[in-house]
Amino acid sequence: MSASAETLERLTQNDYEFGFVTDVEQDVAPPGLNEDIIRLISAKKEEPEWLLEWRLTAYRHWLTMERPEWARVHYPPIDYQAISYYAAPKTRKDGPKSLDEIDPEIRRTYERLGIPLVEQEILAGVAVDAVFDSVSVATSFKEKLAEKGVIFCSFSEAVREHPELVRQYLGTVVPYRDNYYATLNSAVFTDGSFCYIPKGVRCPMELSTYFRINASNTGQFERTLIIADEGAYVSYLEGCTAPQRDENQLHAAVVELIALDDATIKYSTVQNWYPGDAEGKGGIYNFVTKRGICKGRNSKISWTQVETGSAITWKYPSCILRGDNSVGEFYSVALTRDYQQADTGTKMIHIGKNTRSTIISKGISAGHGQNAYRGLVKILPTADNARNYSQCDSILMGDQCGAHTFPYIQVQNPTAQVEHEASTSKISEDQLFYCNQRGISTEDAVSLIVNGFCKEVFKELPMEFAVEAQKLIELKLEGSVG
Amino acid sequence: MLEIKNLHASVDGREILNGIDLSIQAGEVHALMGPNGSGKSTLANVIAGREGYEVTAGEVLFLGKNLLELAPEERARAGLFLAFQYPVEIPGVNNLYFLKAAANAIRKSRGEPELDAMEFWETVHQRMELVKMDESMLKRPVNEGFSGGEKKRNEIFQMAVLEPRFAVLDETDSGLDIDALKVVSDGVNALRGPERGFLVITHYQRLLEYIVPDRVHVLINGRIVRSGGKELALELEEQGYALYSKEPGRARRANA
Repeated sequence: MSASAETLERLTQNDYEFGFVTDVEQDVAPPGLNEDIIRLISAKKEEPEWLLEWRLTAYRHWLTMERPEWARVHYPPIDYQAISYYAAPKTRKDGPKSLDEIDPEIRRTYERLGIPLVEQEILAGVAVDAVFDSVSVATSFKEKLAEKGVIFCSFSEAVREHPELVRQYLGTVVPYRDNYYATLNSAVFTDGSFCYIPKGVRCPMELSTYFRINASNTGQFERTLIIADEGAYVSYLEGCTAPQRDENQLHAAVVELIALDDATIKYSTVQNWYPGDAEGKGGIYNFVTKRGICKGRNSKISWTQVETGSAITWKYPSCILRGDNSVGEFYSVALTRDYQQADTGTKMIHIGKNTRSTIISKGISAGHGQNAYRGLVKILPTADNARNYSQCDSILMGDQCGAHTFPYIQVQNPTAQVEHEASTSKISEDQLFYCNQRGISTEDAVSLIVNGFCKEVFKELPMEFAVEAQKLIELKLEGSVG
Repeated sequence: MLEIKNLHASVDGREILNGIDLSIQAGEVHALMGPNGSGKSTLANVIAGREGYEVTAGEVLFLGKNLLELAPEERARAGLFLAFQYPVEIPGVNNLYFLKAAANAIRKSRGEPELDAMEFWETVHQRMELVKMDESMLKRPVNEGFSGGEKKRNEIFQMAVLEPRFAVLDETDSGLDIDALKVVSDGVNALRGPERGFLVITHYQRLLEYIVPDRVHVLINGRIVRSGGKELALELEEQGYALYSKEPGRARRANA
C-alpha cells in the first residue's frame, strides 16, 4: 500500500470521543415487550387514556408486521424481548424543577458533550431540550420563549400541559401504521421534544434537542412534534451521542413536522451516535422516520442532516407538499467509515400546484463503509407546474467501501419538471500530491477536499452548527485529536 | 541552489533516470529539453517527491538540504514549486481558499503569522495582474471546468502568490495557443530575479523564445547528453533529437 493510501486509512480511523458512560442510578424497566410494559410507560408518564389506547392499537398492529428488508443494510434480527423500553435517571418524582436541580453527574455528562445546561453558558440564542435515555432532563430558555407564545418542552410535558395540541396533531404525518419501526415507536415512545410556534411568530432563537443514550440494553424511542402555525418560522436542531458498547442498541425515533399557511420549519440534525468499533462490533441502529407536511399555501420545510454516527442509519426525512406553492428541501451529508452502513435519502411528494423541491445529497464512504442514497420524487396529477431538482454525489476513500444511488421518480402530471444529477468520485493520490506540493499536509488536504465536497450542505446549517459539523467531519477523518 | 548529483531513479523496477548531474544557481533559468519518454517529467516528479518513483542512487540538494529526505509538503514549504503538466481538479474547493490554505501552511512552517482574509486578498490582487487572471477564476473550484490554458495560467498564478525560491515548470507550454503562451511567459519573466531559480521543462523550442534560458540541457534516455547556451535550443529545433539517440539505426531513419 502506498504511503498516501496508508495516511488515508489512518485518517479515517480514530476513536469515538463521546463513548463514556455516566454513572447515575437508573430506573430501568425489565426487558421485554408486551402490553404491560406499554401500560407501565404510559403510567410513568401520567398519560391520558386516549394516548394509552393509541399506543396499544399501534402495538397490536406492529405484531402483524414484518421487518422491512428492502434497504441496502444488513443486520441480524433484533430480539425485541431482550431490550428494555424505559430507562430514566432516578430522581424526585416530578423531575427537576429548574436547571439547578439536575443531577450533577448528568450535568457533567452534557458538559463533556459540549452542551452546558447552565443558561449563562448556553450558546447565546439557542434553547436546548436535553433528553437522557427515556426522559427529558432539562429544557432551557422556556420562560423567554413563553413570552412570545412559543411552547418548547419535552413531549411528556406537552402531553400533560397541552393535550389538545398533541391530540390534534400526533400521528397525522406519520400514522401509527406507517412502517415497522414507526409503529414500534408509536407503541413504546418515551420522550422527545414538542414545539408549537403560534401564528405570525418568528421564533426568537434556535431550538435544539440533545439526545443521549446512556443505559445499556435499552432502546431509545423518542418522538418529536413541531407545529408552525400560519406565518410562523422556526429553526430546530438535534444532536445525538451514545456510549461505546459491544452490543448494538436500537434507536427508533419518529419526527413529525406540520407547517400551516406561509409557515417555515428548518430542521437540522447532526447525528453522531456511537458507530461501533473498527471491526464493526456494537453501535447504534438508527432507524428513524422523519416526515413533514407543508399543509398550508406558501409553506416551507427544509431538512438538513449531517449523519456521521450509528452502525446503521436508515432514515428518509420527507416532505408532503400539499399546500399550493409550498417548498420542500433536503440537504444531506452522510459519512460511513469502518463497517458503518447508511441507507438514507428523502421522499418529496408533490400534491399542490407550483410546488418545488430540492434534494442535495452528499455521501462519503471510507474504510468498509457502505453508503446508499434512496429517494423518491412523486408528482401527483394535481401538482401542476411542480418542479424538482436532485443532485446526489458520492466520494469514495479507499477501495473497500461502496456508494449506491437508488433514485425513484414517479411523474403523473405532464407539466412537471424533474431533474436528477449524480456523480461518484474518489480522493485521488493526484489530488493529495497536488495539495502536498503546495505545502498542505495530507491530513489538511483530506479535510479540505471533503469540506469542499460538503459545502453546499453545510451552508444550510445555522452558523454555529455549520462550524461544529465541519469540525465533526474533520474529527472523523483526521487522526486522533488531543 | 539546486544540486543534482548522479541521480538514478526507476518506476516499477524500470530505470528511467540514468545518472543526472545538474547544478542550478539562484537567479538562473535552465531549460531541460528532450523527446517523449526521455525522463523529463520523471525528473520533475522526483524533485517534487511524488510517490511511485524510487531513487536508486545519487542525491539532490536544495539550498544545502537533502531534498530526497523531505516529504512533498516539506519540500514545498522549503520553497520548491512544481507547475504541473496536468493540474488536478478539486471540486467544491474554491481557488482562493485553496491558495490561502497553501500560503498559510507555508508561512506557519516558517514561524510567520498566518495572513487573514483581507491581507491575503491584497497579495492575490497584485498577482492577478501578472497572469491576467479574471477575478471570477478565484471563486471557481480549483481547476474545475478550467480550459487547458486557464489551468496553466492558474499554475503560474499560484507560483506568483506562493513566491517559491525555485520552480520547476513541467511542460507548461503544452496545449497553449500563442496568446496564452505569451501570458504565461510574461508571468514567469516577471518572477525572475536574483534570488529565484527555474527549471523549465519543454519539448519544443518555441517556449524558449519567450522565456530565454541561461542554460539548455538535452535529456536522452535518462541522461543529460549535452548542455549549452540558449543557442542550443535553436540547434535542436533544426536538427531534432535523433542526432543524440544511442541507436544509430533509428537516428538515420528519423533523419531520412
